[in-house]
Amino acid sequence: MAGLELLSDQGYRLDGRKATELRKLQARMGVFTQADGSAYLEQGNTKALAVVYGPHEMRGSRSRTLHDRAVINCQYSMATFSTAERKRRPHGDRKSTEMSLHLKQTFEAAVMTQLYPRSQIDIYVKVRVGLTLHLVRGIIAEIDFFVIVHKHVSIVFQQILQSDGGNYSVCVNAATLAVIDAGIPMRDYVCACTVGFVDETPLADLCYAEENGGVSSLALALLPRGGQIALLQMDARLHQDHLETLIEAAMTACKGVSKVLDEVVRQHLQEASVLTGE
Amino acid sequence: MKDTPLSNCERDFLLKAIEEKKRLDGRQTYDYRKIKISFGTDYGCCFVDLGQTRVMAQVSCELVAPKENRPNEGIMFFNIELSPMASPGFEQGRQSELSVKLNRQLERCLRNSKCIDTESLCVVSGEKVWQIRVDVHTLNNDGNLMDAASIAAITALCHFRRPDVSTQGQEVTVYSPEERDPIPLSIYHMPISVSFAFFQQGTYLLVDPCEREERVMDGLLVIAMNKHREICSIQSSGGIMLLKEQVMRCSKIAGVKVSEITELISEALLNDRKARKAGGKCGFAESMPQDRITALKKDETPVEMTDVTETANGIIQKGEAAPQTVPSPVVPVPGVGQVGLQNSWGLEEDDEDDYEEEKNDNSGDEQVEEVTKMDVGKGGLLFIYLDSLM
Repeated sequence: MAGLELLSDQGYRLDGRKATELRKLQARMGVFTQADGSAYLEQGNTKALAVVYGPHEMRGSRSRTLHDRAVINCQYSMATFSTAERKRRPHGDRKSTEMSLHLKQTFEAAVMTQLYPRSQIDIYVKVRVGLTLHLVRGIIAEIDFFVIVHKHVSIVFQQILQSDGGNYSVCVNAATLAVIDAGIPMRDYVCACTVGFVDETPLADLCYAEENGGVSSLALALLPRGGQIALLQMDARLHQDHLETLIEAAMTACKGVSKVLDEVVRQHLQEASVLTGE
Repeated sequence: MKDTPLSNCERDFLLKAIEEKKRLDGRQTYDYRKIKISFGTDYGCCFVDLGQTRVMAQVSCELVAPKENRPNEGIMFFNIELSPMASPGFEQGRQSELSVKLNRQLERCLRNSKCIDTESLCVVSGEKVWQIRVDVHTLNNDGNLMDAASIAAITALCHFRRPDVSTQGQEVTVYSPEERDPIPLSIYHMPISVSFAFFQQGTYLLVDPCEREERVMDGLLVIAMNKHREICSIQSSGGIMLLKEQVMRCSKIAGVKVSEITELISEALLNDRKARKAGGKCGFAESMPQDRITALKKDETPVEMTDVTETANGIIQKGEAAPQTVPSPVVPVPGVGQVGLQNSWGLEEDDEDDYEEEKNDNSGDEQVEEVTKMDVGKGGLLFIYLDSLM
C-alpha cells in the first residue's frame, strides 16, 4: 500500500475525514422479534448484526456453571466473502477464537452477571455479506433460515456483515445495543473504538485501508462514565512517549461513540413507548 | 486431566499476603525470577528457565512458495505447544483457550512488530521463499508462560543460522552447512513481553506471577517492548477494568525490565558464540551439571529465628486451649480379631517451633530412635532421618 497518504498536509485522511472525526454511525435496535435482544449497526462501511439470547439456563456443559454469576458465551465469525481477500475458514481459526475471547472478556467486565447466578448469556458474532440498511428485510430472511438451522443453539448472534476495518470495535458497539435491547443490566455503555498513530497525530476510528497501511493501531473498549478500560489491545510499534496521547484520543473517541449509542437507545425507547401507547 | 482446584484458605492466604506486599517466594512486587538461558547443539535451539518455568524453542526453515499477496516476503510461523508435560491441566492436542491466547499473543508480539526482515528471506520472488518456523514447547509450567515463551522465541531466532543459497537464473542451489557457513537471520529489534497480574479489582499489581499467583489473579496485562522503548504490543485479558494511569505505570516498569532482559540475552548469545568457537562441548546435556547427586533440593529461604521461642509462647498463650481429646472407644466387633490396638507411630509429640534431628545409636539392635533437639539459633532445613536398625 505504498504511496497512499494516510494524512494529508491539510489534515484530511483517505476518506476525507479529519483526524479526530468518527465515521458515520447508524444503528437500529429490536431488529428481530424472536431474539431477546438484537441490534444492527453500521459504522462507515462496516456493518454488524447482533442478537442476544439470555439469560437462560445453562446449555451444553453443566460443569461450567458458576454458582454466583452468569456465564457469558461469545462466538465471533466472519463471512467468507466479507473482506477483500476471501477467507477460507469462517470460524474456528485462531483469530476468530481470539476475537470471541476478547468479546467475552469485555462483556464479563460490563454486564452485571452477579444478578443471574447459574445461568448463561450467549453471544454469537458472525460476519456476513454486506447489505445496505434498505435491505434489512432481506437479511432477516437469511438470518431466519440460519436461526431455524441452529434452533437448538441459543446464542447471541453478532454478525459482521461487511468488514471495513475496526471489526472488534463495531462488534462491541453492536453487542452493547443488543444487550440493552434484551434488558440485561450493565454497569455502563461499552463503547469501543480503534485509533491509529500517523505523523505524531492520533487518528480516530480507522478504516480498512488505514489499518492495513502499517499504522500502529490501538483498540480500546471503554465504560465512559468511570473512564474504565475494559479491553486494551495494541499492535505494531509505537514509542512509549506517544502511548498516553493515543490512549487519550481513544477515550475521547469512545465517549463520542457513547453519545451516539445513547441517542439511539433513547430514540428506540421513545418509539417503543409510542407504539405501546404509554 | 483437570487441574486440582485451589482451596479457599490458600486463595485467602495468597491475597492477604499480596495486600501486605509479600510474595510466596520472597520477591518484591516488580522483581523477576531468575532467568537462565542455555542453547542446544543445533543452531536455533534454546532453553529458557524463568524460575521453575521451563520452555524450549526450536527454529527451523524450509523453502516454500510465498503467499499470493506478498510474493517477495518470507513467511514466519509461530506455534506454542502446551504439552501435558508442563502441567496436568494441559491436554494433548486440544486447542484450549490458554493455548489460543498464548499463540495469538506471541504472533502479535513477534510478527506484527516486524522484528525480522522478511524481505531478506526471499530467494526467488513469487516462487521460493524461506518459511521460518518457531516452535515453542512448554516443559514445566510454574506461571508466566508468555514471558518465557517470548524470551525463548526471540533468543532462538537470534541464535538460528539458515543455509546459504545462491540463484542462477531460475536455478536455486542450497548449500549444506559443510559447503558454506550458514548465515544468521537479520533481526531489527528484540521484542520481549512483560506480564503484569492484577489483584483485588486492580488495586495491587505484580510482575511475573508464579503459578499460584496466576490462579488467584483477576486479570493480566501483557506489554511487549524492545530496548528502544518502543511498545510492540499491549493486551489486557481477564475481566478487569483498568485506568489509564495504571497502564502508563506498567509501561514504564516494562521498559526497565525489558532492557535488563535484553542485556541478559545478548550476554548469553555472546557466551555461546565464544564456547562454540573455542570448540567446547555445548548443548542441553552439557548445561546440566553432572557432578552432583541428583536429589530434590530446595533453596533455603532466610527465616527470622532470633526470637522464635518468645513469639511461639506468645501465640500459644493467646490461642485457645487445645480441645480435649478423648480416645475413641475401641469396640471389638464380635467375630473379628484386631491386631495392633495401639498405634506405635509418632511416639514423640510434634512441636512446630523446634527443629528436631534424630540420631541413631551405633549400638547394634536398637529399634527406638533417639530424639535430640537441634540448636534453635541455626535455622536450617528440616532433616528427619528415620532409620531403625534391626
